[in-house]
Amino acid sequence: MTKVNIKIEGIPFQVEAGMTILDAAKACGFEIPSLCAYNHGECNSASCRVCLVEATGARGLVASCVYPVAEGMEITISSPKATAARRTSVELILSNHNKNCQQCDKNGNCELLHVARLTGARDDMYVGEKTATTIDKLTPSIMRDTSKCILCGRCVERCKNAHGLGILGFEKRGFNTIVAPAENRSFATSPCILCGQCTTVCPTGALMEVSEIDKIDLAMKQGKYVVVQTAPAVRAAIGEEFGLPIGTLSTGKMVAALKRLGFKKVFDTNFGADLTIMEEATELLTRVKEGGTLPMITSCSPGWINYCEYNYPDLIPHLSSCKSPHEMFGAILKSYYAEKIGVDPRDMYVVSVMRCTAKKYEKDRPALANKDGLKDVDCVITTRELGKLIRRSGIVFNKLPDEEFDNDIVGEYTGAGVIFGVTGGVMEAALRTAAAVLTGKELEKVELHEVRGFEGIKEATYNFAGTEVKVAVAHGMKNAKVLLDQIREGKSPYLFIEIMGCPGGCVNGGGQPYVKPCFLPNEDANILDTFKQKRANALYQEDEMKAERVSHKNPQIIKLYEDFLGKPNSHLAHELLHTTYVADRKKFD
Amino acid sequence: MAHLQEAAVKQINAICDRYKEEKTPLMMILSDIQKEYGYIPLEVQELVSARTGISVAEIYGVVTFYSFFSLKPKGKYVIGCCLGTACYVKGAQQVIDKFSEILKINPGETTEDGLFTLDALRCIGACGIAPAVQINGKVYPKVTVDAVGKMIAEYKAEGNA
Repeated sequence: MTKVNIKIEGIPFQVEAGMTILDAAKACGFEIPSLCAYNHGECNSASCRVCLVEATGARGLVASCVYPVAEGMEITISSPKATAARRTSVELILSNHNKNCQQCDKNGNCELLHVARLTGARDDMYVGEKTATTIDKLTPSIMRDTSKCILCGRCVERCKNAHGLGILGFEKRGFNTIVAPAENRSFATSPCILCGQCTTVCPTGALMEVSEIDKIDLAMKQGKYVVVQTAPAVRAAIGEEFGLPIGTLSTGKMVAALKRLGFKKVFDTNFGADLTIMEEATELLTRVKEGGTLPMITSCSPGWINYCEYNYPDLIPHLSSCKSPHEMFGAILKSYYAEKIGVDPRDMYVVSVMRCTAKKYEKDRPALANKDGLKDVDCVITTRELGKLIRRSGIVFNKLPDEEFDNDIVGEYTGAGVIFGVTGGVMEAALRTAAAVLTGKELEKVELHEVRGFEGIKEATYNFAGTEVKVAVAHGMKNAKVLLDQIREGKSPYLFIEIMGCPGGCVNGGGQPYVKPCFLPNEDANILDTFKQKRANALYQEDEMKAERVSHKNPQIIKLYEDFLGKPNSHLAHELLHTTYVADRKKFD
Repeated sequence: MAHLQEAAVKQINAICDRYKEEKTPLMMILSDIQKEYGYIPLEVQELVSARTGISVAEIYGVVTFYSFFSLKPKGKYVIGCCLGTACYVKGAQQVIDKFSEILKINPGETTEDGLFTLDALRCIGACGIAPAVQINGKVYPKVTVDAVGKMIAEYKAEGNA
C-alpha cells in the first residue's frame, strides 16, 4: 500500500493512500463528528453534510466521509468555519425532524441526538414547514415514522444487502422525499419479511420494533399466570443493554432479572429447541425413508418463512412442518405443563423474549394456536424491550446474582438447543441427533465445525452408517436465494438445508441491542465486523458447559414423550408441534 | 397484476427484454413504457420488478422522482404552464391559478372527463415570450389571465367534437 503524508490539525501523519479523510482521521486518533462514521458502508451519498472539514486542495469544505486524502493535504477539523458548518448541517436536519426526543424509544441510542450534542446544535435555528408525516404501525413487528427519518438510506441499503429485497426506497423528490415501501404502503401490505434489520441500522427512531411491554403489564394486572421464555441469542446480548462488553454471556443475570420482574416461571426456549430437533430430525429421516419432498428446509426463522411464502410459495413443501421452538414450547406449556401444575391454559399467558421482530408477527399466525384458537404464545418482546423492562423496574442488572432457569417439569435444555441462536446451529444440533439415530451410537465429537462460521453459504457432507448426508446452511435471504433457485431448477444436491433470515443468524437478529460504535467507546474499532462472532462465541461457550449436548438426551424431553406425546411425529405431536404455511400471502388486497 | 391484459403484460416484458444487456436499464424501460402507455401504474411497476429483479420501491422511487413519468393516465390535452423564473416574474402563477380555477383541478391532476391535465413545468426555454403555456406541444406566448378561458373553450370544443 502506498502511503501519503498529510497533516491533521497541523500534526503530520502518514496514512494509506485512498482512505477517506474520515477514516484517516480516525486512524490518527481524531473523531470527526459525523453520522456516517458509525455506519458500515451502508451510505456513500455524503448527503447529510455533518462531517464537513477544511482540506487544502479542495474547493470549500469537504464531506470527510467520501473525500479521499492526498499527498500534502492539510486537514482542519476544529476551525470556526468547519465547526459552524457541521453545526448548521445538523440544525438543518433537525429543522425537518420531529423533536419529541424525551418520548422517543430510540432515546439513548439515537445517533442524531448524539451529533446534535457533539456539534452543539442550537434550538429552532430554522423553523418552517415540515414534510408530511406517515406513521405505519400496521404490522405487529416494525413501525415506521417518517417524521423522524433523516433520509440517510441505511435501511434501504441494509434490506438490499442482507436480503436482496429493497422493500424500502426513496420516494418523490426534494422536500417531499420520504423513505418508504413502494407507494408509501405499510410494511403489512408489502412483501416485507419483518426481520427488523432496518431497525438495527436506523440512526434515529424512524424505524423501530412495535413494543409489547404494555401487554405484559395488562396480563399481570389481570392476574394471569404469566410465564416467560427466552431465546438462546438473548443471553448472548442482553448484557450489552447494560454496558457489558459484546459477547458477555449473561444467562444467570437475565434469569434473575426476569424472576424479579414478576414472571411466575422463567423458562429457556432451548427446551423447545430440543423438542424441535426431535421432531425435525424424525421428520427428515421419515422423508428420506418414505421418499418425501427433499431437500427439507428448517422452519425456525419466521423472517425466512415470510420470505418463502412471498417469493417461493412453490417450495413450501420443502419446509419442515415443525413449529419454531418458542411456539412448540408455548403449545406444551398450555397443554402438558398447565395440566401438570393445575392451571387453566386460558389463564396462562406466555411471553417470549426473542432477538427477533418477525416473531412478533409469527405468534399471531392463525395456525399457531390450539384447536380452540388459544394462541401458543401471547406476547413477544425483543432483547431491547427486555432491557427497557429491566431498566424501568429499578433492577441493577450488573449487580444481580446468577440464577437458574425454572425446570421443574419442563425447561431443562442441552447444548444443542443453545446453538440454535447462530447460523449453522440448528443444522449442527439436528445432525448430532440424526447421526445418533442413523448409526445407533453417539457422535464422538459433537462439534461440527463445517457448519459453523459466517460464510454466506456453508456446505458439508457427512456419512452416517452408510447414509450420505449432504447439507447446506444459508443466512440472509440473498444467500438463501442461491440455494432456493437450485431447488427450483431441480439441481439441489442437498438432503437438508438450514436457512435463517438474518445475516449471521439470531445473534444478529433485528431485535438485538443496537451495535453503534459511537455509543461503544470501549469496543474495538472493528466491532461491526466482529460482534456477531463474539455473540456466537458466547453461545458455543454455553454449549460446551452443558453436560448434555444432544437433544435426545434431554431427560425432560424423553419424559415428555413417554408421558404425553408418545413418540416424535406422533398424532398428538403433529397436532401440537407442527404447523402449515400460506401460499398466497402476496394477495394483499 | 390482476387487471393487466395479457397483451400488455407481453409488451411490457418485451420492453424490459430490450434492455437486457444494459447495466442500468431502468430509465430506458420506464421511458419506453411512459411513451407507449402515457403512464406507469403500480401494477406495471410490479411487472417490471418481476422481470428485471429491481425492487418495486426503487422503481417507484424513480417514477415519482422524475416529472416525466406519470402514475396516472394523462388527459387528452396536457396543459403545461411554465413556472420558470422569467415566466413566474411575468405572472405565470396567476395564469396557472386561472387554469386550476376553471378546470377545477390542481396542478398534476386530470379532469374527470379525461380531457385536460394541468402540469406545472420548470423553465421550458421560452423566456423571451414569457409567460409561456404549452398544450400538447404547441407553445402559446405571453399568455394573460384573461386569455385562459378562451383557450380552454377552444380545446373543449375540439375535444368534444
